[in-house]
Amino acid sequence: MRVRTLEIDGQMMTGAPGESIFNVAWNNGIHIPRMCHLGGLTDVGACRLCLVEVEGQSRLLPSCMTPVREGMVVRTNTPALQKHRKLIVELLLAERNHVCAVCVANGACELQDLATSLGVDHVRVRYRHPQCEVDLSHPRFGLDHNRCILCSRCVRVCDEVEGAHNWDIGHRGTNARVISDFGTAWGDSESCTSCGKCVQVCPTGALFSKGASVGEMRKDRSFLKYIVTAREKHQWIR
Amino acid sequence: MDTVKTRLATVWMGGCSGCHMSFLDLDETLLELAAKVELCYSPIADAKEFPEVDVTLVEGCLANREHLAEIRHIRARTKILIAFGDCAITGNITAIRNSVPLGVVLSTAYGDPRFGQTQGVLPVLLDEAMPLHEAVKVDYYLPGCPPSAEKILDLVGSLLAGEPVNGSKRFG
Repeated sequence: MRVRTLEIDGQMMTGAPGESIFNVAWNNGIHIPRMCHLGGLTDVGACRLCLVEVEGQSRLLPSCMTPVREGMVVRTNTPALQKHRKLIVELLLAERNHVCAVCVANGACELQDLATSLGVDHVRVRYRHPQCEVDLSHPRFGLDHNRCILCSRCVRVCDEVEGAHNWDIGHRGTNARVISDFGTAWGDSESCTSCGKCVQVCPTGALFSKGASVGEMRKDRSFLKYIVTAREKHQWIR
Repeated sequence: MDTVKTRLATVWMGGCSGCHMSFLDLDETLLELAAKVELCYSPIADAKEFPEVDVTLVEGCLANREHLAEIRHIRARTKILIAFGDCAITGNITAIRNSVPLGVVLSTAYGDPRFGQTQGVLPVLLDEAMPLHEAVKVDYYLPGCPPSAEKILDLVGSLLAGEPVNGSKRFG
């Protein structure tokens, strides 16, 4: 296997053929911001937060979806990128109803943490305040579309790791929603195994365990690494 | 020697007064603060007209026409305007009603979709509650629901000392 050598933020790095810029950067300590990426799941480039500048390219590229090439020169944290990322987070916050003060994930939310780390102190675009549903039909879990950012981690973990494929994304544009089975109530799902993986990978308070009150929902993603290591390396190690 | 005190105002708009309660949680530190500031206008001070001030903390979002007129008046008379708490910054709880048409909100609460909107007794509600920065320039954002007493002191203390203000360590 011939490795690819490239430059990221002035440092020389190597990656395997087909490996993403995002992975190579993270493996070398450059933590490009992300929301839809989760180690162990297939990348989809849904959130656009990991956009980077690649020399010779006129547009920005999602680093999670762009494989490394020999001689590439990549910049991950320029003032222009910081500006774009800040606006992306503001758009995510304005798109639905992210009311941190009454959210189950307050204080343990990846969107909230990202907003803080990117220096978002207020949202410059107008809030849309859409009417969103809350599905509490499942006996153990809840789905609050007000908090969903359509990262599709739940869709992928259910399909790729649990193998149930209960979740999908239905409808278009601002009407897009995570749907259970063919758009029926979660509690009526025939494919859901009630494993709870979707709840644990959800970055916000959109998916939660019932009984969690404001700021009480804590997610545990360690199971994913355990399962993926077992599957890929046949090592059942914690 | 007498030093010139900083003229401070606090304002309560579309919020629950929780931010003001948190301000009072400064407890004995309020005495130290009182030595440095003159509280010119506040729900806890007796003043009818909003005076010219150096710093204003505004709690709550803009929920009615009176708020909108008031915030413009305040902006014109204050040097530093601080969005005080999540309602002032994002709309927060007060703005949850925005996803429901105003008439539905009023008829649900009062049985009349135009309740209070016509008699000239209550301030007329805006169609949507909005954060302060949608109407006026905001100089600093103090997040939290409510912001803790320490955070309030951190920001106000820095302003009084003429020190650079630390960015917030949290959104929401």
